[in-house]
Amino acid sequence: MTVTTRGKAAGVRRVPQYLALLAYIVFLAFPLLWLLSTALKTPREMALADPTWIPREPTLANFADAFGEQDLVGAAVRSLVVALASSVVTVLISLPAAYAMARYRGLVNRIAIGWVLVSQVFPFILIIIPLFMILRDLELVNTLPGLVVVHVTFTLPFALWMLQGYVRAVPAELEEAAAVDGAGRIRTIAGVVAPLLAPGVVATLLFAFISSWNEFLFALVILQDPDVMTLPLTLVRFTGPEGVARLGPLAAASLMATIPSLIFFAIIQRRLKSGLMAGAVKG
Amino acid sequence: MRMKSALAAAAIVALAAGCGSGGGGDKGGSAAEKPGEPVKLNFLSLAWQKESVAANKQIVDEWNKANPTIQVTYVQGSWDNVNDQLVTQFAGGTAPDVIHNDSPALSGFAADGYLLDLADKLPAELKSDIPQKSWDTVTFDDGKGKQGVYGVPFLQESQVIIANKKLLDGAGVRIPAPDNPWTWDEFSEAAKKMTKGGTFGVAWPMKSPVNKSLNLALNFGGTFFQTTDGKTTVKVGPEEKQVLQRIHDQLYKDKSADPAALGQGTADPLPAFYAGKFALLPAGVYLRQQVAEQAPKDFEWVTLPPLKGTTSDQGAVSQTLSVAQDSKHADEALKFISFFLNPTNQAKLAKGDWLLPTSVKAAADPSMTTKENGWDVATASAKNLVVAPFLKVNGFDEWKSKVATPALQEYFANKISIDEAAKKLVDDGNKVLERYQR
Repeated sequence: MTVTTRGKAAGVRRVPQYLALLAYIVFLAFPLLWLLSTALKTPREMALADPTWIPREPTLANFADAFGEQDLVGAAVRSLVVALASSVVTVLISLPAAYAMARYRGLVNRIAIGWVLVSQVFPFILIIIPLFMILRDLELVNTLPGLVVVHVTFTLPFALWMLQGYVRAVPAELEEAAAVDGAGRIRTIAGVVAPLLAPGVVATLLFAFISSWNEFLFALVILQDPDVMTLPLTLVRFTGPEGVARLGPLAAASLMATIPSLIFFAIIQRRLKSGLMAGAVKG
Repeated sequence: MRMKSALAAAAIVALAAGCGSGGGGDKGGSAAEKPGEPVKLNFLSLAWQKESVAANKQIVDEWNKANPTIQVTYVQGSWDNVNDQLVTQFAGGTAPDVIHNDSPALSGFAADGYLLDLADKLPAELKSDIPQKSWDTVTFDDGKGKQGVYGVPFLQESQVIIANKKLLDGAGVRIPAPDNPWTWDEFSEAAKKMTKGGTFGVAWPMKSPVNKSLNLALNFGGTFFQTTDGKTTVKVGPEEKQVLQRIHDQLYKDKSADPAALGQGTADPLPAFYAGKFALLPAGVYLRQQVAEQAPKDFEWVTLPPLKGTTSDQGAVSQTLSVAQDSKHADEALKFISFFLNPTNQAKLAKGDWLLPTSVKAAADPSMTTKENGWDVATASAKNLVVAPFLKVNGFDEWKSKVATPALQEYFANKISIDEAAKKLVDDGNKVLERYQR
């Protein structure tokens, strides 16, 4: 069998893999493509008994309505500020806490881990009124910092769990080797552990960013003035009672709302690589 | 190094969020103003249709220009979650001064003391322009046994029939008019005549069957609830069964109702309606907006008046404007409401939402009586509206979601008989209501 023949055979064997990959990509992209298609349709075309993929008479009227009626740009900027601040503060708090949880064992640590788990089982709706009262007394109602505080509070437990797993995956031998070489605890963490945690930090940032970007309920009760409202509160204005909605402007606005998170993901995804530690402790 | 830069940038962003906040920690609907400053009111509006939002904003702008000492901030909310929002804001003392909602939601808020009783504060002109039966939809117990008026009713919805004109004309049936509507028997016969060649006479979208069934049940005097010695119980007798049985017959006996529409929401069957798959669609008057906007250019449609049983009565709830009990400027809020709901403005708001104004003068506005888009038929149907009997039943929401919705869905899906459905509605329903009356 020649090299060329073997190459062709391998190529043929890969066809099903490529097809499966293509099907998966289509599955993932379907909602976005449908959103785009709907955003470009007239109300008449949206109500056809046999829906069309490619608009017959593409229109930008839905975008004009969405941007003309609501301050989408302002709301997107506020959402971006809240999501970036929430994700960064979450990582800044959870990174050292996760290190402590992963590296130190003891009663206090076990209680802390248990409490983190228990905090996840409370439905948000149960605590929303007490939380609102606390924020009101701190004069944080109707402010973006108030929303950041709430988002950080609710993202933190899961972020701690995520990062704790990444810290545990860093071999303790690396820290011991650094100590043997004369590095202190802080220098070991900053110079050896932290760089190896980059994928975990990025994953946590992404999780916290997306959680905050999409969050609706707390924003609804905390933010009251039109000039502080975030994007989810603005999008819901295109919906009416009993699930009836203005589909065209809603699709146009939702499409625009996905763009900042896509850009954020595109910028940060290169850091989300695994295998950085491969070979780090091989002899 | 890059990681350090990223963290530094992030810290700056966090600080920016801290500095860039708007609002402030205002307590109460609006902050107390300094002497000489205009009174500020927050108005939470739930308008969502393009024309309706525009009408709301226009009226608020007109008010603000004419009243420099009382300035209103228009805040747009959403029907889907307004009550979650209000529960928290009432509890925290930060609710808006003027609140748009619907009358079923007012009962609980009134009993909890969150809404101002407007009974002695309403201007005579506003009071006399709205019929008593509409005021009945906003009259509730204050939780201590006293009846009060907790909102101003301004928009109502009736159930009409939207019809495919070509199929209607082709069936050779009598065309009903507001003063001579179809009886339920005539409606059933017409639907049977229109059922041929793959086309059904009617579609009943019954994903949310309770309000529609209960409102229409009044056609035969069906109230579903009775109160004896101060205790409310569920009642499903011959009167209540009439409309349920007739819809069921169209689905399974006459086979004149499109089974594909049964599990759908109100607006979901519209594409099939435009495609001529069925001829008649019983729906709220507001659905005309979507038909007018979406129907193909060559599709002709008409609005038919509500059906008649022993009466043409239909249960109604109202959209309302209320004043928060904690508002620091209740008098100013009421002045604004009186302006906002004057006859001219009510006509604009009704047209924007494709609903019926409660104002008698607004209903006479030419825009409300034109034949275009069935406004004449829709507006005439307002005379059939009476207060929905379920409106003042404590525990209705739970009965609706936990008992009535699944029971009626099973009945309309032909999984249980009408007697089994009635037993569930009564037995399970009374257990729910009992908890609210202890």
